[in-house]
Amino acid sequence: MWRRLFATAPAFRAQKAPCRSFKSSRRSDKDVFEEVEDQFRAFRKKAVKAMPGSDWSPFELTPGLPPERADVVIIGGGVVGWSIAYWIKRKERTRGALRVVVVEKDPTYSQASTVLSCGGIRQQFSLKENILLSLESADFLRNINKHLWVTNEDPVDLQFNHSGYLFLASEKSAHVMEENYSTQRYAGAKVVLLSPSQLKERFPWMNTEGVALASLGLENEGWFDPWSLLNAFRRKALSMGVYQCFGEVTGFRYSTQIAEVAEGDFVDFRRIKCVNVRMPNSLEYQPVECPVVVNAAGANSGKIAAMLGIGLGPEESVSGIPFPVEPRKRFVYVVHCPDGPGLDTPFLIDYSGVYLRREGLGGNYIAGMSPEETEEPDISNLDVDHEFFQEKVWHHLAHRIPAFEKLKVSSAWAGFYDYNTFDQNGILGLHPLVANMYFATGFSGHGLQQSPAVGRAIAELILDRGYKTIDLSAFGIKRIIKKKPILERNIV
Amino acid sequence: MAAPLVRHAMRRCLAHNCAVTVRRGLRSGATPSVFTRLLLKLDHYFYDVESFLYLKEWWKTKVVKFQNKYFGYVQKRYGAQIGAAYYILAIKGSFRFAGQSQWFRPDSTGMFSFMRSPHGQIEEVDLSGTLINLNGLGNLISQNKLKTLSLRGCPEVDDWFLARLHVFRDSLVELDLSDCTHVTVGGLAALQNLRKLKRLDISGLPRLQCPGLVRILLEEMLPHCQVIGVESEQGMIQPERQEPTDIDDASTQSGLRRS
Ligand SMILES: Cc1cc2nc3c(=O)[nH]c(=O)nc-3n(C[C@H](O)[C@H](O)[C@H](O)COP(=O)(O)OP(=O)(O)OC[C@H]3O[C@@H](n4cnc5c(N)ncnc54)[C@H](O)[C@@H]3O)c2cc1C
Repeated sequence: MWRRLFATAPAFRAQKAPCRSFKSSRRSDKDVFEEVEDQFRAFRKKAVKAMPGSDWSPFELTPGLPPERADVVIIGGGVVGWSIAYWIKRKERTRGALRVVVVEKDPTYSQASTVLSCGGIRQQFSLKENILLSLESADFLRNINKHLWVTNEDPVDLQFNHSGYLFLASEKSAHVMEENYSTQRYAGAKVVLLSPSQLKERFPWMNTEGVALASLGLENEGWFDPWSLLNAFRRKALSMGVYQCFGEVTGFRYSTQIAEVAEGDFVDFRRIKCVNVRMPNSLEYQPVECPVVVNAAGANSGKIAAMLGIGLGPEESVSGIPFPVEPRKRFVYVVHCPDGPGLDTPFLIDYSGVYLRREGLGGNYIAGMSPEETEEPDISNLDVDHEFFQEKVWHHLAHRIPAFEKLKVSSAWAGFYDYNTFDQNGILGLHPLVANMYFATGFSGHGLQQSPAVGRAIAELILDRGYKTIDLSAFGIKRIIKKKPILERNIV
Repeated sequence: MAAPLVRHAMRRCLAHNCAVTVRRGLRSGATPSVFTRLLLKLDHYFYDVESFLYLKEWWKTKVVKFQNKYFGYVQKRYGAQIGAAYYILAIKGSFRFAGQSQWFRPDSTGMFSFMRSPHGQIEEVDLSGTLINLNGLGNLISQNKLKTLSLRGCPEVDDWFLARLHVFRDSLVELDLSDCTHVTVGGLAALQNLRKLKRLDISGLPRLQCPGLVRILLEEMLPHCQVIGVESEQGMIQPERQEPTDIDDASTQSGLRRS
C-alpha cells in the first residue's frame, strides 16, 4: 500500500502546484494595523541597535577596518606573523580572552618572502639554537594536523619531500663541517658524514671533484610547500578568532621618556600607544590602540623600526644603532633538464654557494645562489637578472652535475631575504628602547623553517614573560647593542 | 633520469595529472557516514558539537598513542630485544628471530608468550594492519639485524615514518608498504637511504599520482631493488589522448647548450 501511495505522490503534487499560483499574494491579505505593527517592530529593532554598546553607527564604515582596540597587533601577515597569532591564541587561557589583530598590507602576498621561498627545512646549522628551532619546527610539521587542522575542513597537506639536505665541503671548509656535524649530532639531528667515494657511490650522477667531505641529513630535512603552511596557519588562527586586517602600518603614536644613561648621554625610551593602519587605496587611517605590538614584517621590519626612531639618534649612542634588517634580493631559477638526477636528488648545497633541488617528478629543478656582498642587486623591484644565472650559477652547477651542461631555464623569480646584516640570524624579543614592541625577524633565508618554533617562542615571551621550550635569549637584541655577533656558518 | 623510458612515462603522466584527482584525507577518503555528515552540519552552528568532534579525534589519538608507547622499562630491565618483541606482540604483530623458523604471534584473545632467543636478534617483522606509528618505531630501532618488514595496510604509517626507516639502513632487505593510505612520493624519496633494499612493495597506495613513473624512479634510485605491485604503465593514459606539454618541446629542442 505504501508503495502505491509513493507512486501516486508526484502526480498528486503536480496537480496541486498550479492551484497555488492563483492564490493572491500574502501582503494584500494583511490589514492596515498589521502593517503598522510591522513598521513599529522594524523601528524598535533599529533603535535597539543604535543604543550605546552596540556597533551600529549612522555613517557608512569602510569594511575591513581593524578594531579600535586590541591586545596584540602583529605587523606582517607572513608565515612568522600568522604563526605568532596562532600560538598566542593557543596559549590563551579562556577562549576569546585576547584580541589579536594581524595587519597585512598585501592581500595577494605578491612580495612576501614566505611564498617566494624555496621551502627548505634542515638541521644542518652551526648554532645550537638554530638546530633546536628547526628540530622543533620539524616536530610541528610532523604533527601539523594535530595543530592546524580545522574541523570541517580538509586536512593540511604540506607536500613534504623527505629528501634531506646534502652539504658539500672543500678541503678548506672540511674541518668546519666536522665541527658542525658534532654540534648537530649533539643537539639531536640525524646527519651522516660521507667521504668523496661514498658520495660517488650514493649519487653516481655527481662529480665529486674538489669535494673533501659531505654531510647528508637523514631525517626531518627536505622541502615543502610554503603556501600551504602559510594558509594552514592563517586558517587555523582565523578559526580561533584572530582578526585579519588588510592595511599598511604607516606610523605609531607613542609616548617618550628621556633618560640619562651615561654622563651626558640622553636616550629616548618609547612606549607605543597606537598603531596607525592605513586602509588600501584610501587615505583613511585607523589608529589601533594596543598594549603589545609584534614586528613580523619580514624584509620591511627595519623600516618599521625606523618609524620609532631606532637608529635615527646621534651616532655613538644606543639610539643611533640602526636595526640591522634590510631586504636583499635573491633569484631562484627553474630549470628543466630531462637527463638530470632523479628521485634521490637531495637539497644540494655546494661549497661554491650554489644550491639545487628537485621540483616535482618531471625533470624540473630550482637553483640559485647568493651574490657577493659587493654585488647585491638593486632592491627597488623584484625583476630577475637572467645574466646572473648564465655567469655565476650555471658553471658551478654544471661542474657539480655534468648532466646540467644541457638545460633550459623555464622560469625564474626573485624574493627578498629579511637579511640581518649584523650576523645573519633571527632577531627575537623586545628592543631596549621601545617598551612594548617584540621583534621576530632577520632570519636571512631560514625564516620559513623556523616559523612554527619562533611563533611559539614569541608567544611565550609575551604571555609567560620568558622562554619556556627553547632558550633563545642569545637571539635577543642585546647582542646588537653590545656589538657581539653570534655567527652562523651555514648561511645559504 | 637518463632512460628514455622515464621520459616517455613522464610525458604521459604529466598529461594524466590533471585527470587524476588526488585523494587526500586523514582517513582513507571514503565518503563519511550519514551520522558523521549530520555532526559536521551541526558543527556549523554549535560550539559544543565541535568539542564533541574534537573528543572523537582526541580519543582516536589516545588509542594510537597508548598502543605506541615506549617500552622503556621493559627495555631497561630485559634488554632491547625483549622490549621490541614485547611491543610487536602487544600491537598484534608477529616476528621471527634470526636463525629460527618459528613465528611468534598473539592468539585470538591477544595473549602471547615467547622465548628469548639466546643470540639471535629479530630478523623478520610483520606488522600488517597494526596501528604502529613513528613513536612505536622507536621500540624497534635497536634491531639492527632486521631484514624484512611488512607494513601492509598500516593506517598510521606516513612519510615521516618512512623517513625514520633509515635506522635499518644496514640491514633491511624487504619492505612491504602496500595499502598504506598516507604514503606519498615525498616519503618514498627517503627510502634512498636503504641501500640494502632488494624488494619493495608499493601496491595500492592511493596517494601516489603516477604509480608507474614512481616505480621507474624508485628503481633508478635503488638500482638493486625490485619494485613490485605497480605496472610501469599504471596511472598513465594512452598516447592518443596526450596533449603536447612543455616537456615534449624540451626533449625535441634539446634545450640550451653551455658554451
Ligand atoms: C628566494 C628565497 C628563498 C628562501 N628559501 C628559504 C628556505 O628554503 N627555507 C627557509 O626556511 N626560508 C627560506 N627563505 C626565507 C623565508 O622565506 C623568510 O625568512 C620567511 O618567509 C620570513 O617570513 P616573514 O613572515 O617574516 O616575512 P614575509 O613573508 O615577507 O611577511 C612579511 C609580511 O609583512 C607585510 N608587511 C610589510 N610591511 C608592512 C607594513 N608596514 N604594514 C603591514 N604589513 C606589512 C608584507 O606585505 C609581508 O606579507 C627564502 C627566502 C627567499 C627570498
